[in-house]
Amino acid sequence: MFGLTKKDTLLLIVVAILTMAAPFLLNPFPSGSAMAQFNAGYPDLMQRFVIYGLFAIGFNLLFGLTGYLSFGHAAFLGVGSYSAVWMFKLLSMNVIPAIILSVIVAALFSLLIGFISLRRSGIYFSILTLAFAQMSFNLAYSVLTPITNGETGLQITLDDPRILGVSRTESGGIPVTNLFGAEMRSTYEMHVGSWLFQFNTGYYLCAVLMLLGFYLSIRIFRSPFGMMLRAVKSNQNRLRYTGLNTKPYTLAAFVISGMYAGLAGGLLACMDPLAGAERMQWTASGEVVLMTILGGAGTLLGPVLGAGFIKYFENIFSKINDTILHQWFSALPDGLEDAMVFLVHPFIGKGWSLTLGITFMLVVIFLPGGLIEGGQRIGRLFRRRTAKPAPDSAPSSTPAE
Amino acid sequence: MGLLDIKNVSKRFGGLKALSDVNLSIAEGTVHAIIGPNGAGKSTLLNVLVGKLIPDTGSVMFDGQSVLGRAPHEINQMGISRVFQTPEIFGDLSVLENVLIPCFARRDGPFRMHAFETVTNETEMVEMAEQMLGDVHMLEKRKMQASALSRGDKRRLEMAMCLVQQPKLLLLDEPTAGMARADTNNTIDLLKEIKATRPITMAIIEHDMHVVFSLAERITVLAQGTPLVEDIPAKIKGHPKVMEAYLGTAEV
Amino acid sequence: MDAILLQVLNGLDKGSAYALIALGLTLIFGTLGVVNFAHGALFMLGAFCAVTLQKILTISFEVVDPTRLDFLGNPLKVKTPYVVSWFGEAAGNGIIAWSVPLAILFAIPVMIAIGFAMERGLIKHFYKRPHADQILVTFGLAIVLQEIIKYFFGANPIPTPAPPAFTGSFDFGVLLGFDPNVIIYPYWRLVYFAFSAVIIGCVFAFLQFTTFGMVVRAGMADRETVGLLGINIDKRFTIMFGLAAAVAGVAGVMYAPINSPNYHMGMDFLVLSFVVVVVGGMGSLPGAVLAGFLLGILESFASMNEIKSILPGIDQIIIYLVAIIILLTRPRGLMGRKGVMED
Repeated sequence: MFGLTKKDTLLLIVVAILTMAAPFLLNPFPSGSAMAQFNAGYPDLMQRFVIYGLFAIGFNLLFGLTGYLSFGHAAFLGVGSYSAVWMFKLLSMNVIPAIILSVIVAALFSLLIGFISLRRSGIYFSILTLAFAQMSFNLAYSVLTPITNGETGLQITLDDPRILGVSRTESGGIPVTNLFGAEMRSTYEMHVGSWLFQFNTGYYLCAVLMLLGFYLSIRIFRSPFGMMLRAVKSNQNRLRYTGLNTKPYTLAAFVISGMYAGLAGGLLACMDPLAGAERMQWTASGEVVLMTILGGAGTLLGPVLGAGFIKYFENIFSKINDTILHQWFSALPDGLEDAMVFLVHPFIGKGWSLTLGITFMLVVIFLPGGLIEGGQRIGRLFRRRTAKPAPDSAPSSTPAE
Repeated sequence: MGLLDIKNVSKRFGGLKALSDVNLSIAEGTVHAIIGPNGAGKSTLLNVLVGKLIPDTGSVMFDGQSVLGRAPHEINQMGISRVFQTPEIFGDLSVLENVLIPCFARRDGPFRMHAFETVTNETEMVEMAEQMLGDVHMLEKRKMQASALSRGDKRRLEMAMCLVQQPKLLLLDEPTAGMARADTNNTIDLLKEIKATRPITMAIIEHDMHVVFSLAERITVLAQGTPLVEDIPAKIKGHPKVMEAYLGTAEV
Repeated sequence: MDAILLQVLNGLDKGSAYALIALGLTLIFGTLGVVNFAHGALFMLGAFCAVTLQKILTISFEVVDPTRLDFLGNPLKVKTPYVVSWFGEAAGNGIIAWSVPLAILFAIPVMIAIGFAMERGLIKHFYKRPHADQILVTFGLAIVLQEIIKYFFGANPIPTPAPPAFTGSFDFGVLLGFDPNVIIYPYWRLVYFAFSAVIIGCVFAFLQFTTFGMVVRAGMADRETVGLLGINIDKRFTIMFGLAAAVAGVAGVMYAPINSPNYHMGMDFLVLSFVVVVVGGMGSLPGAVLAGFLLGILESFASMNEIKSILPGIDQIIIYLVAIIILLTRPRGLMGRKGVMED
């Protein structure tokens, strides 16, 4: 189906079902129960899952396939957000023109940066992209203030022209982002017993676009173009002597992944019409690198998993405080309880970055293939236990699912 | 006029004359070996042929076009494929994919944005690649990851990758360097088989005499940057000038 | 003329810091072949060595002084640092005031130990892994280190003053025959520059005149051959890493009075230091030092009002701009050697 093999179609369908049913799946605990803090099924967080998933899918098309490690992808996320907000200011609050412009601007911007940066490879490429992103970040804070509104960030106001829309609503407020009238922020709440499920328009828009992006990424992975990109990572010299020009291939991959980043940035602005320069900072570029590696670079599903993993635990860990810890360990004897709380304390709340850094290091050291590789190893362990120990079959090189 | 014509090529590196006034012509359909002791200028000549080095003087014409200063992919697209001293393959890709890439390169040229086709649906390409793998007796290994192949198989794979492009000229840079005797003989047999089944021109740069004399139809001996003799193998054997170049003269 | 001199002087302290960090990065990269994204964190740890020592020295005990009353009429509690009570008023307060220079003595063993631990525990296992993996794991380490510091010291900058003898500024211009009050220069910046020059000199002398240094230089030129000669590279790598960590550490200690240390200062410097290394030429020690000072001074020129009025924002991007131009026109940097990190 859709020009995919059976296996890939199945993967796409499973991912589609999971994202569509996310409001149910992510809210397994009744609201008000002690476990409710582990719920993730509220609009704001679910939007972040799919938007950052999209960002990571795009980053993976560059890093996972060609091996070029860009440390400046946040710049494209940032310009995507700025373009979208400008569309809201000038044209209308409809998200379609905003999304289109953010992708186009990110494409042009990544074409320029890619054209220059791709003249070098390896660490030099990483540093060039980093330099470009930092430059954009610094400029956004200083001279470009008329466009970016500097430190405050770009916001929509009552005085914006909005040629195709209205500057202010009838009640005098700022209009909200919408898709032909369907407001992004509108949420349908469903109460089932003590459970609360929230279905948010914005989330479903992002989810559909994420699925589209995921589908395209499968197509690219399985295409001759994707094969060439993997060949770039494997042996550029041989590729050149096979009659292929590596530059347009890498540039195309760079621009495509820049467009994904622009789309993600545009969507962030659609959900919350605000764009700040910190979105372009290199720590933000680092975050997408973390997501991709954590999930499994070069795999189809890895980046989405990584993005979900990081955003979920970021949210959970930040919420846990000492009181909650004391509840958890209350079964232990007093002294031990305090000791456990003391030990765990640095890793929760504001310590989330510490936990993330340690997890990331452990993954790079012990599990270079990320969560996907971890899953495969566990799977193999089970198979070996159930079946008789069979000699390892010849390694196959089809990219992992 | 041969397929490849090297005319008056000279190249200096500082004070060292790596090539001086080299004239060489490789005729279509022959297996032409270029031999010589270490430092004779073999690698410099090869680098000139593949566009990596631009000579100080002279011209290199392939099939009526100059190859000088062209990028590697352009040279390949002109019809020159190259086998490296140590096999250069795509280690992370499967054996079949390794052969598919040159198939696509031949069909689509140096770049095509075929992002919405699917490799497995390109039956024509897959058939062509599998046929080729069959020819080098590697069809049953087509799903293996290329880096897991034995050294001899890697060499076979690299040959297959070059041959599937049906090049006008196959450049072989010491194809048996560092190989055990058995592997060397296998490679010789493979090359003989290739030669027998298809009309191909080969240029072999080699210093293993065993390889050269079992394959070459014409031999050029290079010494100190100039061609010393060019002849058929039978006449090269025992040629006084060649003996001198390899063994040095007793009286200086 | 005086304006130019002022900018050169202003660029020196930042340039010194860049040069010192870039020197360490290059040492690690040249000998070990590892791209260390955690090097900025080492600089930051150095600065926090100064903070820690200051905190240790000011650990106090409280005594109730019945002779003095606070505004509520209760007896006043007086905090007295232990150091003061041990060494007497003058000497004790002197030691506290000089905590930053003293911290160098404290930082060197600490940083060398941290360097050893990092190399033995982590970096060693990454020599044979791709550069991308090295970048990633050291990037992770940098996050971990800075988060640990944030946990213990908080997110706010901690003022760490220079000794009173070096606080304030002096009229540098008068010394050179300019009009008074034209070139006012803080003492500590001059100290920082002189200190960096000494450290850089020591590192070069060490590499030039000791057998150890000779092996290291040989290793930087051709790692494989030196390994084949049967020289124990492993041990030397560890020592090199410790040395580079110490250089970054003392650079951080001395920088503390210029900018109050905060947990993310390492990352801020790291990005720029990498740019410096690339501009200087990957693997070239003189290149790293030269580029460090050059970029520091360029940055300070770009922040002149005369220049900013012609090219607004140039001060924000000048370093990156120079790096991009250099990388594209001289791919090996100012003094880079052939074959370093080229694929």
